[in-house]
Amino acid sequence: MAVAPSSSNASSAHGARAQLQPPTAFLPPWGWATLLLFLLLICVAAPVLALAVPHGSNLHLSQYWVALAGKILCYAMVALAMDMVWGYAGILSLGHGLFFALGGYAMGMYLNRAMTAASGNLPDFMQFMQWTHFPWYWQGTEHFAYALFLALAVPGLLAFVFGFFAFRSRIKGVYFSIITQALTYAAMLLFFRNETGFGGNNGLTDFKVLLGFPVGTMAMSVALFVASGVALAGMFLFARWLVRSKFGRVLTAIRDAESRVMFCGYDPLWFKLGVWTASAVMCGLAGALYAPQVGIINPSEMSPANSIEIAIWTAIGGRGTLIGPIVGAVLVNASKSWLTVAMPEAWLYLLGGLFIVVTLFAPYGIVGLWRQWRLRHG
Amino acid sequence: MVEMWMGQIVAQEYGADGDAEAGYGHVRKPGLDISHGVALYLDGISVSFDGFRALNQLTLAIDVGELRCIIGPNGAGKTTMMDVITGKTRPDSGQAWFGQTIDLLKLREAEVVAAGIGRKFQKPTVFEDLSVQDNLELALKTDKRARRTLFFRLSGEQRRRVEEVLELIHLHDQAARRAGDLSHGQKQWLEIGMLLMLNPKLLLLDEPVAGMTDAETERTAGLFTSLAGKHTLVVVEHDMEFVRRIAHKVTVLHEGSVLAEGSLEQVQANERVVEVYLGR
Ligand SMILES: Nc1ncnc2c1ncn2[C@@H]1O[C@H](COP(=O)(O)OP(=O)(O)OP(=O)(O)O)[C@@H](O)[C@H]1O
Ligand SMILES: [Mg+2]
Repeated sequence: MAVAPSSSNASSAHGARAQLQPPTAFLPPWGWATLLLFLLLICVAAPVLALAVPHGSNLHLSQYWVALAGKILCYAMVALAMDMVWGYAGILSLGHGLFFALGGYAMGMYLNRAMTAASGNLPDFMQFMQWTHFPWYWQGTEHFAYALFLALAVPGLLAFVFGFFAFRSRIKGVYFSIITQALTYAAMLLFFRNETGFGGNNGLTDFKVLLGFPVGTMAMSVALFVASGVALAGMFLFARWLVRSKFGRVLTAIRDAESRVMFCGYDPLWFKLGVWTASAVMCGLAGALYAPQVGIINPSEMSPANSIEIAIWTAIGGRGTLIGPIVGAVLVNASKSWLTVAMPEAWLYLLGGLFIVVTLFAPYGIVGLWRQWRLRHG
Repeated sequence: MVEMWMGQIVAQEYGADGDAEAGYGHVRKPGLDISHGVALYLDGISVSFDGFRALNQLTLAIDVGELRCIIGPNGAGKTTMMDVITGKTRPDSGQAWFGQTIDLLKLREAEVVAAGIGRKFQKPTVFEDLSVQDNLELALKTDKRARRTLFFRLSGEQRRRVEEVLELIHLHDQAARRAGDLSHGQKQWLEIGMLLMLNPKLLLLDEPVAGMTDAETERTAGLFTSLAGKHTLVVVEHDMEFVRRIAHKVTVLHEGSVLAEGSLEQVQANERVVEVYLGR
């Protein structure tokens, strides 16, 4: 390393001394407070309202709401994962639904095995195809830990291999996005086939037991909801750590001036690959939490439109911030579950319209608007 | 004052060069051998874009410690030459050597940098969304492998190095400013500062004073002359005043090959140069 000359000379030569700014806090106080409040709501308030408050009471949280909120928390994880590659590294993936679905399938395999262990029957789709035992690649999925490992490792490995070739060939921008669409579409076609062994277009369903406890009860819904909330908080902290690290700043640098990054001596390949793989693993975990909460995982989760929606949540909430995608996923999905009941035809138009408005007038989404507003008002 | 200060940094930097190299484990190539006094040697380089010859049998040798100015009309191939040296463009034919032993045509961009070549782009390219100090920190000469950056923290010594360069490029009171908010000239300086952080042996500078005020240009000239000798510099410039101020030897490029070479006076007296490039 270079040896610094004594600084006394410098000050005499220049008068003004440079002073580096200390790094900002990991989270500002209000950030910690918000996180704590979030965890209290998820881990204490919601369980109490759902389990302890009696049914008739106005304060009672019904299972429908718990399950819906848990599902939305999973979407928020996916949006956060998406934002790490899109908002920070500038890589727009339109195939993140695939990683999410793969995590869901891995957990679905375990849930099917647990059902078989309890009832003695193979899943319906296997009986339908007159299979007498689980195919070889279902090996070991009766163990929860292994299934959870698969839920993280399969999306991670797929992302790593795909990313390695794509980034090494310097495929960028819209070309990369299109290839990710093709990837998830191809996977969807594969999973649609009955012979693939994942239940064809019905997917995996008929979940009865999870870790020895019955699925579908209020207690299980609350447990999964709490697990999703904690996972989201954990991912948020991980993401925060990553984007503040030098690694994260190199990602931002790659987004803004990749050639300069290379001429600073970095090989962008490993940075992109790292964040891309981490993001896929996060989606896998989200999918694993999602499948038991909705009771089914099927190939429609891999449809190109689903992946595009993930990008839309992120854009609406505000990319390039960590809170933005979470806000976006929650708001969009909450309105979706309301609107698809109230006026189902209008939903897609509304989402499309919202996306266009945001792209044109609020490139940094809701969070960007909020920041602008705060700047203007003190 | 600036020059004195600069010379000091450069001297210190050079003294410690040997171990700085060790951080680059993964890209270690046969070390740089400049014992024959040639830092950069291009031989018969040709590049065509869709049939258009941007470089045409370009042959050029730059001595160690030299400050060489490259001038030439728009489209002469100056930037393309830098692209070839830095691995951004692969030539159709020819050779490019860094010292005696490093074959530049075999290296990727990051490896070219690790070998000791720094480059400033024609259009100032800084990391607009990062602070000025982050820009410098990212350029800092350390292990650049991705996994090493996860837990990286500036050491006290590295902090001082960043602070020194901040002062040198006159951005000492702008450390926390977003780089995208700097003026054009300040961005040029920041990019030069990033090069200094890398401490390369060979600096390629593409139109470094474009968009600078006269005072800034003057300071840049001082900086470059103080760097020469310890570093080898190749400067592409259209600003003839600036070239006159810094150049010992000037190469004129025209249509992808060398038209003339020599001192600025010699070159300006050359009939063919006057013909294609009226001195400006
Ligand atoms: N990627 C490319 N594809 C096609 N043509 C190119 C490409 N890069 C450069 N050229 C052409 O090659 C020629 C040389 O370009 P180059 O940028 O090297 O010129 P220059 O000497 O740097 O000019 P200037 O003074 O304007 O910067 C130009 O005619 C340019 O249009
Ligand atoms: Mg040029």
